[in-house]
Amino acid sequence: MAITASHAPAELAPPEPPRPRWSASEEASGLALISPTLLYAVSLLALPILIVFAYSFWSQDYLTIDRALTLENYRTALFEPMYQDLLGRSLVISLVVSLVTVAISYPIAWFISFHGGRHKNLWLFLITVPCWTSYLLRVMSWKVILGYQGVLNTGLMSAGITDQPIASLLYNSNAVVITLVHSWAAFAILPIFVSLEKIDRSLIEAARDLGDTRLMSFVRVVLPLSLPGIISALLIVMIPTVGDYVTPKLVGGKDGVMIATAIQAQFGKGANWPLGAALSVTTMIVVSAMAGLTVLALKLVVRKIR
Amino acid sequence: MNTGAPGKSRLLPGYVALYFLFLYLPILLLPVFSFNNAAATTFPLAGFTTKWYVSLRGNGEMLAAAVNSLIVGVCVSGLSTLLGICAARAITRYRFRGRRAANGLIMAPLFLPEIIVAVSLLMVVLAAGMELSLATIILGQTVFCLPYCMSVLTAGFEGFDRSLEEASLDLGETAFGTFRRVTLPVVAPAILSSLLVSFTISLDEFILAFFLSGTEPTLAVYIWGQLRFAAKLPSVLALGTIMLLISILLLTIAEVVRRRAERRYATGGYAHA
Amino acid sequence: MPDTPMIAIDRVNKFYGIYKALSDVSLNIGAGEFFALLGPSGCGKTTLLRSIAGFDNPSSGDIRIDGHSAIGVPPNLRPTNMVFQSYAIFPHLNVEENVAYGLKRLKLGADEERRRVGAALEQVRLGHLGKRRGHELSGGQRQRVALARALVLRPKVLLLDEPLSALDKKLREEMQAELRSLQRAVGITFVLVTHDQYEALALSDRIAVMFGGRIAQVATPKEIYQHPRTKSVADFLGGMNFLSGRTLGQTASGLTVETEKFGTLTLSLPEERIEVGARATVGIRPERLRLLWDDERAPHELTGKVVNRAYFGETTHLLVGVEGLEKPLSMIETNTHGADDLPIGADIRLAYDPEAFVLLADDPPVERVH
Repeated sequence: MAITASHAPAELAPPEPPRPRWSASEEASGLALISPTLLYAVSLLALPILIVFAYSFWSQDYLTIDRALTLENYRTALFEPMYQDLLGRSLVISLVVSLVTVAISYPIAWFISFHGGRHKNLWLFLITVPCWTSYLLRVMSWKVILGYQGVLNTGLMSAGITDQPIASLLYNSNAVVITLVHSWAAFAILPIFVSLEKIDRSLIEAARDLGDTRLMSFVRVVLPLSLPGIISALLIVMIPTVGDYVTPKLVGGKDGVMIATAIQAQFGKGANWPLGAALSVTTMIVVSAMAGLTVLALKLVVRKIR
Repeated sequence: MNTGAPGKSRLLPGYVALYFLFLYLPILLLPVFSFNNAAATTFPLAGFTTKWYVSLRGNGEMLAAAVNSLIVGVCVSGLSTLLGICAARAITRYRFRGRRAANGLIMAPLFLPEIIVAVSLLMVVLAAGMELSLATIILGQTVFCLPYCMSVLTAGFEGFDRSLEEASLDLGETAFGTFRRVTLPVVAPAILSSLLVSFTISLDEFILAFFLSGTEPTLAVYIWGQLRFAAKLPSVLALGTIMLLISILLLTIAEVVRRRAERRYATGGYAHA
Repeated sequence: MPDTPMIAIDRVNKFYGIYKALSDVSLNIGAGEFFALLGPSGCGKTTLLRSIAGFDNPSSGDIRIDGHSAIGVPPNLRPTNMVFQSYAIFPHLNVEENVAYGLKRLKLGADEERRRVGAALEQVRLGHLGKRRGHELSGGQRQRVALARALVLRPKVLLLDEPLSALDKKLREEMQAELRSLQRAVGITFVLVTHDQYEALALSDRIAVMFGGRIAQVATPKEIYQHPRTKSVADFLGGMNFLSGRTLGQTASGLTVETEKFGTLTLSLPEERIEVGARATVGIRPERLRLLWDDERAPHELTGKVVNRAYFGETTHLLVGVEGLEKPLSMIETNTHGADDLPIGADIRLAYDPEAFVLLADDPPVERVH
């Protein structure tokens, strides 16, 4: 063999310099680059929430904070009928809103993913536009629609369908639910759409090939595979809506007040920070538990039917 | 097109149309009533007028709030996009321990009731002895906008073929030169998109602005104050219509920029190993 | 090979955590050589190429390019340029701007820059597409832009990472011919990474076959095809009939090996010392077995039965069962005599040339040679 893999000449003895491991330097670069953002998020998100947590175990006497640990705030938050009421209603509303939003949004996400053709992006854009417009104005719009002298009533009356305004449209939980469902529609569609897009279309064909009807292939293949999207849609709607402030204030009336109003009150005139903190923490924990249970239930149902 | 999935029934297009009606009707009502010659928002309409828009012109309080919103919006979009670039780049480019946790923390505001973010920030700001001002709104809204910037930016950065940067280095360019001549231009659409989206969010954001504003309200806070007065509703609707148009304009620009970039780069046909 | 190699790789190791991507690799590549790194995916060939380019750093060992150690030298300061597997055409620049990318830093002046870009584009026959963007080009055109962009900087070494794998078969063959003539024209060292044996055989002056981070054999295409050193090299490059045998002894003309059915073969001496009486593997290429028709006679014959047949147009591949052999023999016949009409089960006679057998070392390969 003319030329072989051979040793280089002896004077080229390979150096063995102590080189830093690449993974270590990659790790360092990554951390260095993310550190400004992380620092920001820690100091203005994580830290504040920890402080809320701390406050919830303190108590307040007029303007002085007593740092002796107490569970009194939680006792009030959990057992005071008014707060029980508010928290209960907030949970029910957020549960209903998230379930309804996901249920009515799923077909849209499915439609865009399977029948959106070349214009999927345009469809998605059209879905998201209303979501980015002012939240206040959207809520106000619903007030205009549902009001006693509102669009729906005056419209129905001028169309001759009713001869008296329907008084029960506005200022109750239903109005809150409708408004919130409208506000969060796009947030539910996007994650579901993403998970539908990830489904390999040949899986559906395989299910059909193996004897499933269209409906069966949907229930046994598409639905289980889009479950991650459904779950994130539920979470992304359920958790934020529990603490919604504007919607109950504007369209909820007495009947639709939610916990956020009570939390806000503790930071407003009747300031009781520790109680407000305890209400916040309680809300977060309870809604997380409810979200967890909902996800669990959903997984069980899907496992059953597939 | 029909891939053996449950077929497109006749019902579905109807449902989609209904859904879009539900989605858009409330938003379209704003401009309709903003041109309606009556103080009450009722049907039938009372005739066309532009007087509600004219009334906005002399409204010093509103104009001041608009200026505040502009300052806050520009600062928030700049700050959150800058922080978003760092984080999105780190997350898409490097593997490091705690990457998922860091991403989770930055994205957390998406999964938190906004009022709790607002309240916790308020407590920290007041406990630190800071005065409530535009600056506190900017700090708060940046936290809130970061997840959206991150979504836009990571999507833009992920499509970025790393061998482009290697090719640049290989062709003799330095690390900084590579960032300036290759990385930045290729991800520029995502950055622009992030700026526009975060500006729009800031413009419309109410809760944080409400809790964290001192004596200088933003437009959203100003509108909230006006909502108590039924007589002022039409001029608020006029203002809302203008804000709506600005939002839609900005979002459309962001979308067009993003899609043009996607079209240009997606067909680059990067073969994968 | 010239005295100073263009690239000298000396005992290079590369670890990713506990995974060893390169294991004690030593290799010299000459100036002006077209050199191929061939192996299955994950064999370390791309890691080796990227170590030469400067994107990966060896964990130990030295890489010298044109006499200078490249360890610690960043990619932008190395006299090498690369054609990426994805081509990495900058999407925000047009073809001309892509090609001018590296020239911009040299501050040649607008005229000289334009002249060199034009010349480079002419060289790859893309002169008419200068204003196009990457996404408006076909795969073959993108590849030419990548070539022009690298060559315009007049590197000492051009590195090509699977440059043809994204192209379809027809275009791939066209580009192979073009690459070969381009290399002759510019006369610099080309290092090509490929998993395609035919590409490596057709293009390169020499091939290094790699398995599991090690170099199994370095030789010219002909040498490596005709005299593969190990079973895996033989198997990776084309087909091979493996037979087991036993060494009998050494004579002046070589090593004698006793085999089933093929008798006693005298094989050229291998590089490794092999003990007399040991087990040995020998191999013969399918095309070196020949069908005998009618009453044709050959000095070395065997009889067998066709057990399977596959038609390939110009050739037919036959599997022939021979009594006493563990596995059927595979053979390739050109379809000039009617091999494509042989029914399965047909009795045939085949001829072989004892000179065509090679002695194969066992795996794992012994890559050190003295």
